[in-house]
Amino acid sequence: MSPPLLDVEGGGRGNAPLMSSSASGDCISQSGSGLKECNFLGLSDCSSVDSSAVSNVCGENKNNLNFKATELRLGLPGSRSPERDSDFSLLSSGKLDEKQLFPLLPSKDGICSLMQKSIVSGNKRGFSDTMDGFSEIKSSVFTEGKWMFNANGSDSGTPQSVVEAKLAGNAGINVILTNNSSGAQPSMKKEVPTRAPKEGQNKMNGSNNNSSAPAAKAQVVGWPPIRSFRKNTLATTSKNNEEVDGKPGPGALFIKVSMDGAPYLRKVDLRMYSTYQELSSALEKMFMCFTIRKCGSQETPDREMLGENKFKDLLHGSDYVLTFEDKDGDWMLVGDVPWGMFIESCKRLKIMKGSDAIGLAPRTMEKSKNQN
Amino acid sequence: MHSFHSMLNYFPEEVLEHIFDFLTSHRDRNAVSLVCKSWYAVERFSREKVFVGNCYAISPERLIARFPRVRSLTLKGKPHFADFNLVPNDWGGYVQPWIESIVRGRVNLEELRLKRMLVSDESLELLATFFPNFKSLVLVSCEGFTTDGLAAIASNCRFLRELDLQENEVEDRRGQWLSCFPDSCTSLVSLNFTCLKGEVNLASLERLVARCRNLRSLRVNNAVPLDALQRILAQAPQLVDLGTGSFVHDPDTESYNKLETSMQKCTSITSLSGFLDVSARCLPAVYPICGQLTSLNLSYAPGIYSDELVKLICYCNRLERLLVLDTIGDKGLGVVASSCKELQELRVFLSDVYGIGNTAVTEEGLVAISAGCPKLNSILYFCQQMTNEALIMVAKNCPNFIRFRLCTLNPTVPDAITMQPLDEGFGAIVKSCKDLKRLSISGLLTDQVFLYIGRYAKQLEMLSIAFAGDSDKGMLSVLNGCKKLKKLEIRDCPFGNVALLADMGKYETMRSLWMSSCEVTFGACKTLAQKMPRLNVEIINENDQIEASVDDKQKVEKMYLYRTLVGPRKDAPGFVWTL
Repeated sequence: MSPPLLDVEGGGRGNAPLMSSSASGDCISQSGSGLKECNFLGLSDCSSVDSSAVSNVCGENKNNLNFKATELRLGLPGSRSPERDSDFSLLSSGKLDEKQLFPLLPSKDGICSLMQKSIVSGNKRGFSDTMDGFSEIKSSVFTEGKWMFNANGSDSGTPQSVVEAKLAGNAGINVILTNNSSGAQPSMKKEVPTRAPKEGQNKMNGSNNNSSAPAAKAQVVGWPPIRSFRKNTLATTSKNNEEVDGKPGPGALFIKVSMDGAPYLRKVDLRMYSTYQELSSALEKMFMCFTIRKCGSQETPDREMLGENKFKDLLHGSDYVLTFEDKDGDWMLVGDVPWGMFIESCKRLKIMKGSDAIGLAPRTMEKSKNQN
Repeated sequence: MHSFHSMLNYFPEEVLEHIFDFLTSHRDRNAVSLVCKSWYAVERFSREKVFVGNCYAISPERLIARFPRVRSLTLKGKPHFADFNLVPNDWGGYVQPWIESIVRGRVNLEELRLKRMLVSDESLELLATFFPNFKSLVLVSCEGFTTDGLAAIASNCRFLRELDLQENEVEDRRGQWLSCFPDSCTSLVSLNFTCLKGEVNLASLERLVARCRNLRSLRVNNAVPLDALQRILAQAPQLVDLGTGSFVHDPDTESYNKLETSMQKCTSITSLSGFLDVSARCLPAVYPICGQLTSLNLSYAPGIYSDELVKLICYCNRLERLLVLDTIGDKGLGVVASSCKELQELRVFLSDVYGIGNTAVTEEGLVAISAGCPKLNSILYFCQQMTNEALIMVAKNCPNFIRFRLCTLNPTVPDAITMQPLDEGFGAIVKSCKDLKRLSISGLLTDQVFLYIGRYAKQLEMLSIAFAGDSDKGMLSVLNGCKKLKKLEIRDCPFGNVALLADMGKYETMRSLWMSSCEVTFGACKTLAQKMPRLNVEIINENDQIEASVDDKQKVEKMYLYRTLVGPRKDAPGFVWTL
């Protein structure tokens, strides 16, 4: 299940708070006129900031990188991050099944998103600040962490640009923000020491260069600890996910999920699930923020026994209907066919309003109506 | 001449040598050679297998001088963290000087096993040319060579028994290397070319298999299709270890039916791997041999997803070793726990190799396995989250762990329920597992976990730490307490000069120490290097050439130190500075 990530792309009004909610000490003005250096330790001039990158800030639809939000703000050791914005309640802690590690975390289809914690203003941020619900033990420790962000923009020709923030002194933290257009080579980057950071340096060992990242990502070098050979092999397999005998090949099966009224789409890997119920739960979590659920009497909190029919009942009771587009281009109601058959023919998913889904009622529903 | 002062020396050398023949482990032989001078002498002339854990700890000349009869050599090169892109490619670990020395020394080399080394085609050609009795080449995680080098080996090594290539980066020159095995070659016992990406001549492969009647282990690559596999299996029903190629076919064909028949005849197969490309509908062909399997590696089979995986494993009641992807999920691990009662080793890898997603595997799966598999002694477990409670339970269920490696997706994630550090959980593991030799920890961890490790992990030889600890006390606990520690690798921890310099002699009892992104400074490294001439203290600094004047107070990005008898190495590249 993908964690609910806030997405900066798109013109959804709902996203506006994301950008304006950053508290005082914003280094990038709302007008996007340029990076003002402030709140960095010893930073004299962010002269290497690419102005074209800066112009991408704040609410341009086609741009995927919110530079303001990705900016590192550092305070003196011992200072803490500010309170979380309440708008970001989506990312509340609980079971830590989110990607909490990284401040800049694009969703799987290459759209850059923000984790809540990256909106920090004027305060020290250590490794711990990127974690949700995290103890402060680490916060004093990792001020000198070396960070590398690599956010691949999606495919709208975002120019390649590198933002580099160099900090003088022993606390040298080197951050390289790189905006690559899609299809650019992988995102794994070597750490750059403080003395002579180089722009966009992408020095990897040869073995790692070959796989292109499935989606943009920001990562700590060498974590999780997986051998390059394994990474390359498995990545290539997913990429070559061709249909064999008309059936989907091995590897992940990502399909787009849209929802009426939602400002952005999501992608899910159908291979992660083996029943409709699992898919439904995952989608629900993903789109929770957009769903206004009317608790109908048909809704059952206990979903253990959800079969295909109950799945449809649930959706019908909640004002939304899950539909999919099959290979022939037809929009069908989800739940009719066995799971295995479903994932082989499903091309897209759409969460429709119940009222729009009239006409997609399955035969079984009609049968049950007839039987009543 | 013997000195007859001691009763032991009353035995003539031949008898001693005969007794030493029974000692196969290099540690036993090392121990024996320390007893007295005559035992040292007898042992060194009779040792045929030499293990060198760090190729820079000794020079090939000295090795050959001490062990002139060496026939089998094992060498390891780069530090372990090189696997995770923390060490530049050309850091070192070249096998060429070794082979050149061995050629000059007129050694009758028959076996060469290399791990994390740089191997060139020229090296392979030297091997092939100068060692007529060469029998066994095993390359693990190496790179630098192409299929041309393999062609040289295939063409010239007339008595080749073993060619085992595991997870190497090999450039494919499309030169039909496999066809270079001459028709007279019938000696192959083990052939593994899974890591090669290119095609091989299938007819040559089939003929090779047909004439090598002693072939026991065959692992092909993805370019070998299923129908070819069928023909191979028909020729080699005596196989003990099979790695499939592409396992994709239309099951409604005669070809597939033949495969089913051939597979059923392979009653000796106990080890199965492969399935990089797989069609689920073809898997049933494998069911008949599942009950015989003791080792199953599906960690490169992302195309087998949860329910098929479980179906397959259900039949594998004799399984002792299982490698899977996390697509198996906690539920799947539950099935493993109830089906595989003989399980000793389990590895659960990430299917999402960039680690940006979630994984279906949590502490529940681990607990289930520990409860169901009492013989479990080795685990590598990538997971989404962990709890102290789970680890404590695992420690109670399985006190026999020799290797325990846990990796949480988020390296500093706390206990998923209590939000506490995972100190207590790992503490329970080290306290309960008295034979623990290798440990990797992750999650939110304070100095406390290192106190536990130092206090209880008395047999620990290798420890891997990342993003853990609060202060030098952590590292000190480990250095002081773990008397048998051989390899310590640390990244992104707040350990600094105090810990590094507290017991400098300790490092001569260890093979190596890696510290990256810690708090250690240049000054401290220089001090250490000065005081300990039998250590090489290397600073790896990728983006700069070494500067003459470096501020002593500056933090070191990557430091790798290791004991050595031969001083600073001469092949260090520009970005490696031996202090």
